[in-house]
Amino acid sequence: MRRRGCTLAVELKSWKELPVGGVIPGGATPELNKTGSWRAKRPVWNAEKCVHCLQCWLHCPDNSFFLKEQKITGIDYDHCKGCGVCAAICPVGAIEMVPERGGGR
Amino acid sequence: MRKVMTGHKAVAEAMRQIEPDVVAVYPITPQSEIAEYYAEYVHNGIVKTELIPVESEHSAMSACVGASAAGARVITATASQGLALMVEVLYVAAGLRLPIVMALANRSLSAPINIHCDHSDAYLARDSGAIQIFAESAQEAYDYMIMAQKLAENAKVRLPVIVNLDGFTLTHSSQVVETLPDEAVKDFVGEYDPPYPLLDVDRPVTWGVFAMPDYYFELKRAQQAGMEAAPEAFLEIQKAYSELCGRPYKGFFEAYKLDDAERVIVVMGSTAGTAKAVVDELRDKGERVGLLKVWLWRPFPRAEIAEALAGAKAVAVMDRAISFGNLGALYLDVVSGFAGRPGPTFVNYIYGLGGRDVPMEHIAEVFEGLKEAETGELRYLGLRE
Repeated sequence: MRRRGCTLAVELKSWKELPVGGVIPGGATPELNKTGSWRAKRPVWNAEKCVHCLQCWLHCPDNSFFLKEQKITGIDYDHCKGCGVCAAICPVGAIEMVPERGGGR
Repeated sequence: MRKVMTGHKAVAEAMRQIEPDVVAVYPITPQSEIAEYYAEYVHNGIVKTELIPVESEHSAMSACVGASAAGARVITATASQGLALMVEVLYVAAGLRLPIVMALANRSLSAPINIHCDHSDAYLARDSGAIQIFAESAQEAYDYMIMAQKLAENAKVRLPVIVNLDGFTLTHSSQVVETLPDEAVKDFVGEYDPPYPLLDVDRPVTWGVFAMPDYYFELKRAQQAGMEAAPEAFLEIQKAYSELCGRPYKGFFEAYKLDDAERVIVVMGSTAGTAKAVVDELRDKGERVGLLKVWLWRPFPRAEIAEALAGAKAVAVMDRAISFGNLGALYLDVVSGFAGRPGPTFVNYIYGLGGRDVPMEHIAEVFEGLKEAETGELRYLGLRE
């Protein structure tokens, strides 16, 4: 059985193949689960305005800010759910929330 | 060693000998002394268990779940409203297949508030996914606490196990209990080898997963497989334990003078002791009566019980809790073994709610009542009409 959905396209296992208690050996799995499609509004990051205070990175509940050498480099739209915390916390207005449909890339 | 002790002490003794890694417990009548005895063992340095004195039963079971997932051997105890508060997390424990052992000092549920014995609390957890065993005596409570540890941790089972003992009737009364040497118990339960310990940082695992409609069903079916494996494991454990202790534990229930019995009582817990005395009296008068005392309630051994009852003419199934809006849960369990085929006449008796005494005369009344009975009748024993 194969399912293509909003998150994963994987072979679904029979109940007999599942680890006891539904544990997932190997640890964290959120990276595999692409939650970006849940978003109604997307945060648009303005590199010009950004002062790299990292408040967005710190507060993001989905760990969706890319960081390189202490600087914000972009947003992980595969996982960002569009909660808007980053836009609310940004002290310099460098993040704008724009509707997913109707422009705003 | 033979000693006189209460049911509390018998359970606490078994726990001391098992010496689990963690005990998380909150006191509630009629369970409190189990927690008190164990706290004494911990604080006197007799056991190395980490005792977590939590602020509620919800926290108690939550701490048990965390500790068990971490890889610890865990025991708790509660009663009545305490179990009601635990139930949310008990379902989590069963769903995560965590082998937590619990002594449940059976007590009624509010309202009206009442601290005495019935089986409402056990019935509340009936569909939780926990295995449930009923003890007739302090001795059985002791023995089943030890066997429960092996059953819970059996690799094919891995489920919480509740050992039920009647509040006050068993918890607070003194009986002769034969205990095993400490080493014998330690050897019997062995070392616990958890398959996915959360604290094993070299082998990370995700516990407590979220399951969408594409996997929830499969995980629940897999959980049922744990229940399906329990009967065989139960019998094996009984066999090994019987060889160790010399007491005959054999089967999912005790059949007392059942072979040629025409009228039979099916019951769980301490009332079985009273019923045995009545069976003896009536047998002396030449009446063919017998008793089937259920040890293993969940998973329910319906085929084996049906086989044992097939020769009877009339059976009274006694429930010490009301399943509001229907016949008693044990009654329906027993009758389900005869679905689609002829069997004895089955009457349901609700009895002993809120600690209502169950004297021998009442049990004799049940046997008498079976002479004129129709299947599906619901009767209330010892109730003022």
